[in-house]
Amino acid sequence: MGTENGNNSRIRHMATMSATLTTKPRALTDGSRLITEACVRAGADVFIGYPITPANLLYLYATRRYPRMLAAPDEITTLQWMCGFATTGHVPVTATSFPGYALMVESINMAFMMELPMVIILAQRLGPATGSATTGAQGDLTLLQGTLSGGYSLPTLCISSFDDCWNLSADAVKLAVKLRTPVVLLTSKEMVTTRTSYDWSELPEIEPFARELYEGTAPYKPYAPREDLVSDFLPVGQNKHQVRLTASTHDQSGIIQNVLPEAIENTKRLQAKLDIHLHEYTHFELDEQDGASALVVSFGITAQASREAVRLLRAKGKEVSLLVAKTLLPVPSEYVATCDEYQRVVVAEENLDGRLRHLLYGARGRTGMTGVNGIAKMITPLEIVEEVLK
Amino acid sequence: MTVMPLLNDAPLPFCKGCGHSHVAKNTEKAIRRLGLDPLDVVLVTDIGCHGIIDKSFLTHTVHGLHGRAVALAGGISAGLDNPKNRVVVFIGDGGATIGMQHLVGAAHRDIDITVVVHNNMLYGMTGGQPSDFTPSGFKTPTLPDGKSLQGYDICRQIASAGASRVERVIGVGDFSEAIAKAISTNGFALVEVMEICPSHGVKANPGMKLKKVVEESGLEVKVFASGKKERSASLHPSISQSLLQESLEIHPVYPNSLAHRMSVMVAGSAGGGVQSAAEWFARAAMSSGLDVTLRGAYPVTVGVGFSAAQINISPEPILYTGSSAPDVLIVTSADGADYARPFAAKMADGLILLDEGLESLSTGAEELRVPMSARIGSRDASVYGLLWYLNHARLFPIEAMMDVLTVGARSRRVKIEKLLQF
Repeated sequence: MGTENGNNSRIRHMATMSATLTTKPRALTDGSRLITEACVRAGADVFIGYPITPANLLYLYATRRYPRMLAAPDEITTLQWMCGFATTGHVPVTATSFPGYALMVESINMAFMMELPMVIILAQRLGPATGSATTGAQGDLTLLQGTLSGGYSLPTLCISSFDDCWNLSADAVKLAVKLRTPVVLLTSKEMVTTRTSYDWSELPEIEPFARELYEGTAPYKPYAPREDLVSDFLPVGQNKHQVRLTASTHDQSGIIQNVLPEAIENTKRLQAKLDIHLHEYTHFELDEQDGASALVVSFGITAQASREAVRLLRAKGKEVSLLVAKTLLPVPSEYVATCDEYQRVVVAEENLDGRLRHLLYGARGRTGMTGVNGIAKMITPLEIVEEVLK
Repeated sequence: MTVMPLLNDAPLPFCKGCGHSHVAKNTEKAIRRLGLDPLDVVLVTDIGCHGIIDKSFLTHTVHGLHGRAVALAGGISAGLDNPKNRVVVFIGDGGATIGMQHLVGAAHRDIDITVVVHNNMLYGMTGGQPSDFTPSGFKTPTLPDGKSLQGYDICRQIASAGASRVERVIGVGDFSEAIAKAISTNGFALVEVMEICPSHGVKANPGMKLKKVVEESGLEVKVFASGKKERSASLHPSISQSLLQESLEIHPVYPNSLAHRMSVMVAGSAGGGVQSAAEWFARAAMSSGLDVTLRGAYPVTVGVGFSAAQINISPEPILYTGSSAPDVLIVTSADGADYARPFAAKMADGLILLDEGLESLSTGAEELRVPMSARIGSRDASVYGLLWYLNHARLFPIEAMMDVLTVGARSRRVKIEKLLQF
């Protein structure tokens, strides 16, 4: 999972902005190709797919790359098959968009409760409902926030560049295995379908995840926490220990219990394990400029426009900093702490009313914080520039 | 040989007289008959009264969501690679109702699991509501006048869907042989066990006899399918190649004269070669050292209507892949003109190449009429338009485009010589 303190890039000045063009060969590729390759290299070994635009390329590449690829008859089956594979020790991946994700929600709750590792790639498109299949969007953040009943976080990493397609995809697989949890890899239509000239020659190697299975002689308890609050994993089907997995409230042995303190503690642990490890999977990009009193905050596809806006603003002599959030859920404390250092904060995101803004500061918002929002079209760098200069 | 127990010593958790206890005991007996160890078996239970049996079984147990146990078990079966492992699903008639698609799908795929349907003809855990299995005339606490529709004949449905083995039994006495035959089947097997719920069914239908209800419902107690399929060998992971192949890389070998980022849009009709032409142009730009983004646009029915592509090219790294208005717009058909009109309206300057015969887009951009379709045919009009523009603007050498066009099948498809007549 990268370094002990996550994979944050704190950039001074304009290091990423002034990179000169490579003379090296580049490929004309989409993000789907990089995501697929990274997931497989990280150790994901089965893809379950149900076709949906704009996740089609992820499905297509999966047929060529994963050790096993299964075509499911619907999205509920997709998640159930994934859960089944995960109980036997596999690490499954799927890719979908809002309509499919909506069908998966109950089963994602099940995977979370059973503590089954898997990665769900959510390629956002314009909603509500069927909306526009071929139009991008960033409308699903608070859907993800509310996916799990009861205030639990579904770990969500969000891709904001082709480098992220590689690094965060691998991180998502490893995080799922390490914390025994479903993980959402959030992206959108533009990232997974638009092709870009890209130099992949210096991408870091990806080592497959390492997982230690329970080797004790005492009866295996599938939900007995280690010191790090994660439980040892053991697949069903092996002949050493009985494995009991359940989606209902349960004790450490996996027996349904509705009021036993051990069972309630076990349920609370599901959030606690995510929280105590959060610093290890807190990923963000902070490009701070000395003297700046304005901060542009973004995530996902609008991070592209935000980086360009910051470049344009600096070229005009405006001092401005940039925060690109990559770990979206649970929400790392660094985001509000960083925003609080700036008088002026502009949050740019492709949805109706600023979902990230709401996630950080609630309905009340914050003095000096405004949004650049819109639907059915990409937010442009110029819109962000104008908002910062207001 | 010591026989390992399948059930623990705790009393079974069901109401007095409930058929679910018989299913549990008959399943235990069946597994013993087959000589399986408890840990050879993965028991997957659905939601409903039957599902609380988990804590009694000494097999592996997985307890999922309402109606989804068959799909969950399908994933487990596919994930296991030890042929000794057997996956058994317990589900009620309520779970089978909500999860009917999973049952039909698993039978159709002949997934190697055994499903035991506990059909007590109603939802017991929630107060005795009718399921789609409730027979005609059968009363429940929420349906005091009795059901008007006939219930599902799951055995006929699943047999016709392609299951290897299907059998219906009355859930009294010893029916372990039926379950044993199902578990030993290589493929999808289903046993429907007819029961009556002592808490709701008996009370709502006083004096009713289980066998009589089954008989009057036309539900035959028999074997519906008994395939002799060989168990398929477990799937071994296939070996695949990296998606990041060197052959996909494009080397920058040509110079370019582009000072700033620019956006080129090609708009035509489906089947007009727009996407291919745009990709060739993008590749040529890359071989001239430019940064490129390429986005296609077309209706969801990709074979009809407009087809458009937007190519951003830049001597500097492109941070933002979108574009508000094109600098150059090439329109090769009326479909393309309709699509491009809103983009053209935003063009304060720049250049529009219009195929002959198309109406003017009347924008701030310079508009040039170029006979594209007429000269080269509609299929190559887009690539011709891009070459015409390249020859006109000299952003990068036309040879860069020719290199791309002469690779493999493209050279046979495109009339290279004609393309270079401007």
